[in-house]
Order: sequence, then structure tokens, then C-alpha cells
Amino acid sequence: MIGSKRFARVWGMPLVLALVSALGLVAALLADGLGDALSWAALALPTAVSLVITIRAVLPGRA
Amino acid sequence: MNGRRLKVWYRVHKWTSLICTVFMLLLFVTGLPLIFHEEIDRALGYRVTAPAVEESGPRADVDAIVADARERHPDEAVQFLVREPEHPELWFVRLGESVDAAEASSFLTYDARTGELLNAYPVGQGVMNVILRLHVDMFAGLWGTLFLGAMGLLLVASLVSGAVLYAPYLGRAGFGHVRRQTRRLRWLDAHNLVGMATLVWVLVVGFTGVVNTLSVPIFSQWQSTQLAEMTAGATGDGTAADRSPAEAVAAAREAQPDKALSFMAFPGNGFTGAGHFMAYMQGTTPLTAQLLTPVMIDADTGQVAATRELPWYVSALLLSQPLHFGDYGGLPLKILWGLLDLLAIGVLISGLYLWLRRHWGRSPAIANGADEGRAPPGGPA
Repeated sequence: MIGSKRFARVWGMPLVLALVSALGLVAALLADGLGDALSWAALALPTAVSLVITIRAVLPGRA
Repeated sequence: MNGRRLKVWYRVHKWTSLICTVFMLLLFVTGLPLIFHEEIDRALGYRVTAPAVEESGPRADVDAIVADARERHPDEAVQFLVREPEHPELWFVRLGESVDAAEASSFLTYDARTGELLNAYPVGQGVMNVILRLHVDMFAGLWGTLFLGAMGLLLVASLVSGAVLYAPYLGRAGFGHVRRQTRRLRWLDAHNLVGMATLVWVLVVGFTGVVNTLSVPIFSQWQSTQLAEMTAGATGDGTAADRSPAEAVAAAREAQPDKALSFMAFPGNGFTGAGHFMAYMQGTTPLTAQLLTPVMIDADTGQVAATRELPWYVSALLLSQPLHFGDYGGLPLKILWGLLDLLAIGVLISGLYLWLRRHWGRSPAIANGADEGRAPPGGPA
């Protein structure tokens, strides 16, 4: 149980981000309109997560 | 993962990254304005929007447009007629110093309704041209392009090894947490986490970039085999005086009514035979719009002589292009492409910082590789 919890904490988010990124890259290629919108939403996720991490890293504080 | 395997992966990541980082910085920095080249060209006046005119009026004569381009540039040869299906109100005419010259010498935009010349693109001039050359071949021709392709393969190896090192270097709190105890830990976690979050995008853009560096060999392979076969069996040497590009376009459209013209090569160009026009037709769905079907038209008779699908390796190249350029989902997709590009630059710089700090850092514990070969802080699990 502890092992699977650790796995989810380490790999859960990267796997979700990888799948969502792949979906975002393909959606706009397959369909206009809804496909484009799906691409924007999907690729916005890894972008937003990365921006949050960057902000956390550069915020002033204990260093 | 045991310490020895970790060390091997660490070395792979270090060396593949070190070799390609300076070139990747060049590519990601020059790539950023190239994502928005259409918008930048428009802002600089290099690209125009067609004026509003009565849409019900007749279309301008394509032959007259080509004749006008020839009259303006009597020392150049028309190489291609180009269309953009999303801009049916425009025709583009590409001219070169000869019909089969690799480089364009003029690129003219015409109004498809009035036949008027709207704009001449400043071919080979301006800052965007410098940026494009730096990105494509560093002003070193085909070998420059192939070299950048090799650097792209190193990037892919660096990404894969980086993903292997992700978990051993991650803090106990898991994904998303940035350890703030030391500056190095902050940079390490930012590098590791942003690297993982952007992994698939950078992998796809990197790999499709590598495929694009092979476009010259890919097209030459097709030209020397299938295209040569297609044009060899055809009659006519294209010496008749009355070659009509308009007739050729009409014949191609009639032969492929469900497709739209992407571009048409003129007789003697490397994308067709000596006596034929070759109209490259694209599909009308988002996916098939990326693919091309060549329709060969006898220049003497104006009749379709042959139609043939492109081989898989040319189609693979064509499909890899949108995934590299990010130009297939409107402006929001381009903006996301730009943001992800900036994040990738951040990963490159933080990686370089971590390496520099390890070797020339002030703290001897870090400089001497406190985590080299031993368990890194916070890991491995």
C-alpha cells in the first residue's frame, strides 16, 4: 500500500500530464472547432503546472 | 535503482545535454519568433490582408496573374503558384533565378478577385530571414541542417535520460513540491519538475524537428524514384507556346474535386517534369489538409496525365511539420507553443546552472559531487 501511494505521488501527475499533452497535440490535428478548443485546454495544463512550479521556485523565502 | 545504474543514466543525461544545450538554446530562442512569423510579417507589412471587394464578382484570370509576375521580373522564372486554402482571396507566385533554383528570388501576393499585385515579400532580407536561417541551418546549408538534426537526437536522448533520473532526484513530498532549503535544491526541483511537465511537448517538437531536418534527403529520395517514374512515361516536352497555368489548375481541380490546391510546380521545376505542371492537392479536413496528392498535367494539352499518392515517408514528413510549427490550432495554440518554448528555455538554463554549480560552485560539498554515485538528497525511493 505504501509503495503504491509513493508511486502515485511520484508518477501520478507526470503520467496525467503526458497523456493530456499527447491529447492536446493531436486534437487540433484531427478536428477544427471542438478539436482546437480541446487542444488549447489540454496544452494549458502542463503550461499552467510548469508556471506554478516556476513561481514556487523563484518566490523569495528560505534559501 | 541501484547507485551504479543511476550513475550511468546521470552520465548519459549530462553528456547528451552538455553537447546539445548551446544549440538547443539557439533553436528555442530563434523558434519563439518563428512561431509567430505570420503575425510578425503582418505587423512589419511583409504580408497583407486582401481588401474587401464584392465577392460575387468573377475571379481574376490566373494566366494574367502569372503574366504580370513575369513582366515584373523578366530575368526570373515562375517556379510555383501557391494557395492558402484559408485565404481563397489570395494567389501567391514564387519566382526563382531559374525554374529549378532551390531558393526563391521573388514572392508576390495577388488579389485572386481583381488580379492586382498586393505585395512583394522581401525575400532573403530582414531580421526574420536571419532568424529563420539560424534556426534551419545556421547559414551552413544542408550540413548545418543535418548537424542540427543530430543535436535534436541528442535532445531526445537527454529527455529520456532526464525522465529516468526524475524519480531518484525527486523530493519526498512527490511531484509539485519545490524544496527551498538551498538554492541548488530549488533549481534542481524546478528543472526536474518543469522538465517532466513539459516532457511530451518537448519530445514531440524535438523529434518532429529532427524529421524536418531530413526534408531535403526525403524529397530527393522521392524525386529520384517515384516522381522520376511518374514523369518518365509521360509524353510532351512542354515546348508548346501556349502553356496555360489556369487550364492546368482547372484540370487538377476537376480531377480532384474534393481537394484544394496547395501549390503547383511549373514545368522544369524539381517538383515536376520538364513538360508538365504538377498540382499538389490537399484535403479539406484538418488532418488531410496536411497531406498532398500530386496531379500531373501535360503542359501542351492541359490534360491530366497522372495522379499518384505520395509515399509514406513524404507523408510522415508532411505530418511532422504542423507538430513542429504549432500552426494548426489558431492563435491560442501558438501562444501555448510560445509559453512552452519559454519553459523549455528555462529547463535548459536551469540544467546548465546545475552543472556549472556542481563544477565551479562555491560550496565544496556540492562541487565535489555530494550526490554523485551516492543517493541524491531526497531520493532515491
